[in-house]
Amino acid sequence: MIHRECGVLKTTYEADMGLYPLPIARWTVAVLAVLFFAVIPLTLHEYYLSVANLVWIAVIGALGLNILVGFTGQVSIGHGAFMSVGAYTAANLANRLGSPWPVNLLAGGLMAALIGAIVGIPSLRIKGLYLAIATLAGQLIIEWTINHVTFISGGVQASIEVARPRLGSMVLNTQRDMYYFLLVFVVLAIVGTLNLIRSRVGRAFIAIRDQDIAAEIIGINIFRYKLLAFAISSFYAGVTGVLYTYFLGIANYEQFQLGVSIDYLAMIIIGGLGSVLGSIFGAIFVTLLPIGIRYAMEAFGGIFFSPQTVLNLIPNLRLMLFGALIIGFLIVEPEGLNRLWRNIRSYFRVWPFAY
Amino acid sequence: MHRFLAIVTALLVGVASLATATSSPAQSKGEIVIGVQCDRTGPTQIVGTVLCPGLHDYVALVNSKGGVEGHPIKAIEIDHEYKVPPAVESYERHKKDGAVTMAIYGTPQIYALTSKLTEDRIPGTSPGFGSAAAADGQRYPFIFPIAATYWSQAAAATDFAKKQLGGSLKGKKIAYLFYDNPAGREPIDLLGDIAEQEGFQLKTFAVPPPGVEMGAQVLDIAQRFKADFVISHLFGGAPSVSIKELKRIGYPMRKVIGLVWASAEANIEGAGGFGVAEGYYAMQFAGVGTDYPVLNEIREMYKKQGKPAPKEMASTVFYNRGVLIGALHVEAIRNAVKAKPDGKITGVDVKNGFEKINNFTLGGLVPPLKITAQDHEGGGLVQIWQVKGGKFEKSTEWFAAYQNVVAKHIKESGAKK
Repeated sequence: MIHRECGVLKTTYEADMGLYPLPIARWTVAVLAVLFFAVIPLTLHEYYLSVANLVWIAVIGALGLNILVGFTGQVSIGHGAFMSVGAYTAANLANRLGSPWPVNLLAGGLMAALIGAIVGIPSLRIKGLYLAIATLAGQLIIEWTINHVTFISGGVQASIEVARPRLGSMVLNTQRDMYYFLLVFVVLAIVGTLNLIRSRVGRAFIAIRDQDIAAEIIGINIFRYKLLAFAISSFYAGVTGVLYTYFLGIANYEQFQLGVSIDYLAMIIIGGLGSVLGSIFGAIFVTLLPIGIRYAMEAFGGIFFSPQTVLNLIPNLRLMLFGALIIGFLIVEPEGLNRLWRNIRSYFRVWPFAY
Repeated sequence: MHRFLAIVTALLVGVASLATATSSPAQSKGEIVIGVQCDRTGPTQIVGTVLCPGLHDYVALVNSKGGVEGHPIKAIEIDHEYKVPPAVESYERHKKDGAVTMAIYGTPQIYALTSKLTEDRIPGTSPGFGSAAAADGQRYPFIFPIAATYWSQAAAATDFAKKQLGGSLKGKKIAYLFYDNPAGREPIDLLGDIAEQEGFQLKTFAVPPPGVEMGAQVLDIAQRFKADFVISHLFGGAPSVSIKELKRIGYPMRKVIGLVWASAEANIEGAGGFGVAEGYYAMQFAGVGTDYPVLNEIREMYKKQGKPAPKEMASTVFYNRGVLIGALHVEAIRNAVKAKPDGKITGVDVKNGFEKINNFTLGGLVPPLKITAQDHEGGGLVQIWQVKGGKFEKSTEWFAAYQNVVAKHIKESGAKK
């Protein structure tokens, strides 16, 4: 990630495909693990952990969407709806059968994968913008169904309260508990995606993205792999939905509307399509930037304007700045934050002897 | 260049220290923090940009008079664009800043924060946002819907229709025109129960989001179903469209009543002005108009500071609701401080303070609510105002109707859990 790879020569395919590209990477991962599992949760105030939790949820969702859009090249505007499928599956299981959260989590993910694969069927015939509209239809149909079928939504309010997850006798209800709970799944999601991408399945996804006819010629079953991409991506979305439900303590259909799907698309485009690190950067960027801008405006806004005006200005200016920064970053580097990060790295790799 | 950078840095540092200095003024007694969430940039901004200033103006008025028993009140507002994750973040931020009570804004937001508020034992209000079931103070001890819930509103609207149609609804036809989302569908079951009891025919007409197209529903109401009265429960831009469409096909406006989010000046103006909507009935959970002592005091306060009254005051429906929300929070804090003279109040104290609010009317702007540990709605009181001669005119005093039916529904939704 952040090391110089001078003098490391790979002589076997196994070494080239390894999860850790360099021996020193193990140490980096160990340091990051200590930072995120011990230093951050034990030193920071609960408020910052709550922000981190929102980032974690976004990271898992963005990773899932990137598998579909970035790695397989199939556009989807139905990610929010797949999240809601997971959320309502888990909420119904938890309330009707009283099943424990690991079961609900898995069931939510699997149900979302099933629905996702069904919504993905049009991808066999259509591509690009047309597929985007087909998945948009999927989003609207799922939204409508949850909204109107009270068997799923648990009543006209379309919201089901869910008890906090338990670990043995411990109830995970503070932001700190939730931080650990979510972080475990973030790690699983990152490792899972990294492994998926360097496996046969991942290579097939990338081949389909780059040229699906060529992929078919070299023996990849397009039908199977496109639906598999939808299923895996929706599995991630379903898990995100379940985690979100446990995080908030309620599944409510207004948490998963079209805007959420767009937000996730924005994350992976800003972060970088087809990269794991990019999904993480994008999720962090989209979640933290508005908060950061607000802090900056609160500190300086009061000097120039009256308090009432500031209250009106902050949210509007924040939206404008947020939009401007997205445009700015994409002009500087159209391939997203991940590419920006790699450029910085390759600059410092030869620094100070650039020529 | 370096000189310039140095100057800029020095300025920024100076400004930053100034900002931190001004944000913590000397206090006579401990500050009490209200966490305020608002939506000034999202889909409900026509409400938020007027409602939230009302809340802040009331808090400023209280502070200008020496605060609550000497404690200044600080209302910290955070805008969440009507999205859930920013609402969670702002809740945690308010908690960190020591908020003892929270004004939550938005239906998905109050749902998302219900379990957190309960776990952290901080009272949160959701006036006009639901859920109706949260009126049950035993089941949701820290949630205060305060204003009449959609159930109480629908019940009151039916009762009003009954009076308008000559005291009996037997054999009459009532159309329920609603926005097809959970909030819109919430009162349907309750209306069905009342229909059975009163012997009228109820037919529901769903308007799919975003609610800008309802020509078919309106034609159906007026010409096929031939409704005797229309109860309209719409949000955002939809109420304006409904008024316009009903007017276009000549349905009499004095047979239409809009629930609380279809009842503001903005809705009427969006339909083409007060002339178009002449006769339309609007349901309110706060007083309408500028003629209340508390509003005069706010204008006085601005005058003393040498400023004109804020332009938001002209949109009286939403502004007055903001004042109502601010006033009830301050009143709850006042009750809490009175019970604990050292002023070190917690969320639980403010919750008990809310439950002591009784007949606090602010000169008629606030309904005479009686909030108890059981009833967090405070009676479900509404007023009905009619569009008449270019402004809203009061048609009824504060009233509630079919309370037994509403109570039955609250109890049933509690038992379902």
